[in-house]
Amino acid sequence: MAKTLFDKIWDRHVIKQIDGGPSVLYIDEHFIHEVTSPQAFAGLNKRGIKVFRPKQTVATADHNVPTLNQHLPIKEELSRRQVEALKKNCAEHGVELYGLGHPFQGIVHVIGPELGITQPGITIVCGDSHTSTHGAFGAIAFGIGTSEVEMVLATQCVLQTRPKLMRINVDGELQNGVVSKDIILYIISQISASGATGYFVEYAGSAIRSLSMEARMTICNMSIEMGARGGMIAPDETTFNYLRGRKFVPQGAEWEKKLAEWKQLYSDGDAIFDKEIFINAADIEPMITYGTNPGMGVGVSGHVPSLGEINEKEKASFEKSLNYMGLQPGVNMKGKKVDYVFIGSCTNSRIEDLRMVAGFVKGKKKANDVQVWVVPGSKQVEKQAIEEGIDKIFEEAGFQLRQPGCSACLGMNEDKIPAGKYCISTSNRNFEGRQGPSARTFLASPLTAALAAITGEVGDVREYVKPSRDKAQEVLSEN
Amino acid sequence: MGTVGFRSTVVPLNIENVDTDQIIPARFLKATSREGFGKNLFRDWRYSNDDEKQPKPDFVLNEPAYSGRILVAAKNFGCGSSREHAAWAIKDAGFDVVVSSFFADIFKNNALNNFLLPVQVSEDFLKKIFEAVQRDAKAEVEINLEEQNIKIIPTGEQEAFEINAYKKTCLLNGYDDIDYLLSIKPEIEEFEHHYE
Repeated sequence: MAKTLFDKIWDRHVIKQIDGGPSVLYIDEHFIHEVTSPQAFAGLNKRGIKVFRPKQTVATADHNVPTLNQHLPIKEELSRRQVEALKKNCAEHGVELYGLGHPFQGIVHVIGPELGITQPGITIVCGDSHTSTHGAFGAIAFGIGTSEVEMVLATQCVLQTRPKLMRINVDGELQNGVVSKDIILYIISQISASGATGYFVEYAGSAIRSLSMEARMTICNMSIEMGARGGMIAPDETTFNYLRGRKFVPQGAEWEKKLAEWKQLYSDGDAIFDKEIFINAADIEPMITYGTNPGMGVGVSGHVPSLGEINEKEKASFEKSLNYMGLQPGVNMKGKKVDYVFIGSCTNSRIEDLRMVAGFVKGKKKANDVQVWVVPGSKQVEKQAIEEGIDKIFEEAGFQLRQPGCSACLGMNEDKIPAGKYCISTSNRNFEGRQGPSARTFLASPLTAALAAITGEVGDVREYVKPSRDKAQEVLSEN
Repeated sequence: MGTVGFRSTVVPLNIENVDTDQIIPARFLKATSREGFGKNLFRDWRYSNDDEKQPKPDFVLNEPAYSGRILVAAKNFGCGSSREHAAWAIKDAGFDVVVSSFFADIFKNNALNNFLLPVQVSEDFLKKIFEAVQRDAKAEVEINLEEQNIKIIPTGEQEAFEINAYKKTCLLNGYDDIDYLLSIKPEIEEFEHHYE
């Protein structure tokens, strides 16, 4: 029988199916961080049990770590205690920790792939909804709650109901200046913040195939923002080339064996999805959000919907959202002033993101009244950026290159956007208060954020990029 | 839940897409225990300038007319972050049931794992609950888990809701998933033995 990519992986991992209930799903890799794990370890301790398979869990500290002076003790007491609890729990249970100061430390969804822990065909969970990121490698990866973290620590399994399957096909060529972040923001704007709830999504089509691994991760990362439990992309040569030689990827004969297995991971030609969506890549513009959920986005040349464009039932929520954002219905997004620019988060903090921004801003200066924070996703990304001289480009532009962590994506550390201020952000959520109480977020791609850093306002990056048939990311640095 | 069925007045939160950052903002996720999150439930909707002395009078949790063990919210409740703290905060604030026409997946699992019952009803029935409460803030709703039924007491209107049989048994008997998984550990080890 024809199988989808999802089926092929899921079926191999189901230990049993409970009558009238969920499946017992075996988990290959488990990532943990300081915020959603302490209560899970407390649960194990209360039951008097140890982590069942400690070698299949990896920990890092990312959510509330400071992004300046990481060599000093964390000032904020509660954050410090949480990070210390993680250290203690990992030591007691024999779990590997890439904590502050470790050369592998970073955002959990950045370090998994860069270390090669994330591989095709496996199941991955983490107490974080953006675990969907790892699906870019053709893995089943999804976020879980703390009780489920405890289940995985205790038994290496979770109970899951098989989700419905959706395939989103993006075919054709992207316009210049349109990057993977725009693709996913466009998809969410089309199907809404709940349009994929109950589904696991496979992204397919020529425009998806043409993307680098890091660009694919950006797309899978935001699957949760349309309600999907996870997103995935069938592995191909791009995937294998990315993985070859990474720290935890097998070598030699074992690599060849894995490669042969991985090449079988695709949806069969006649596999059936519960829902299928088709998108023309050429229709996608650089995107920007105007509201307080990621589905409230438009092309940068577009405008905030007018009241007439909103259906009656949704008017109250729409008006509440615009009121929070300090925006009027019907206004153009182009020209909106910004106060802060945040380039970072598990969505867009990888080396290609930093290169893309550096390529655009080289030789330019930030607008006077704008603060620009660039927060690399990991110590390895930071190191690479410095080796390539990207740090110098940022310094000359007046950008602040900080140290790795989740930072202003969710403002759990000191990196908060002040009340009422506008931040154009490469992160994944524009919820009320997400970047700080009463902070206002415009989600966008690293390129659109870089342009705003220079001009101080929302603009259309297509006016600044060199026409190039193949590389949407090739940017004119001297415009 | 601990109880097969009960009646309660409800707290109506007629807002769509309530995300877990609203339910419990990230800056309150720094505890290492599960207790005490209730006081920060909907923190930024409840207080101006993060100040408990400045409650926002128009937010429903600050309106003395509304109370009860049932929170009723508009569609796509619990979207966004996987933080289980959202379920802990709702439970800690005294709710045993959340009613909505649509729940985000991770929130639904988290709620069930904390004996907080998510009851999914039709858009139409949800509207009827909001209308009943608008007419009378003391209108009661009855939840019967055993029979999988929800009823608006003043109007007598009712609807069936779904829950998988396994979870229903867990809730009715106070079992949790970890107890279950630990009980099948030999099967898990057997699976690992044949798995590479």
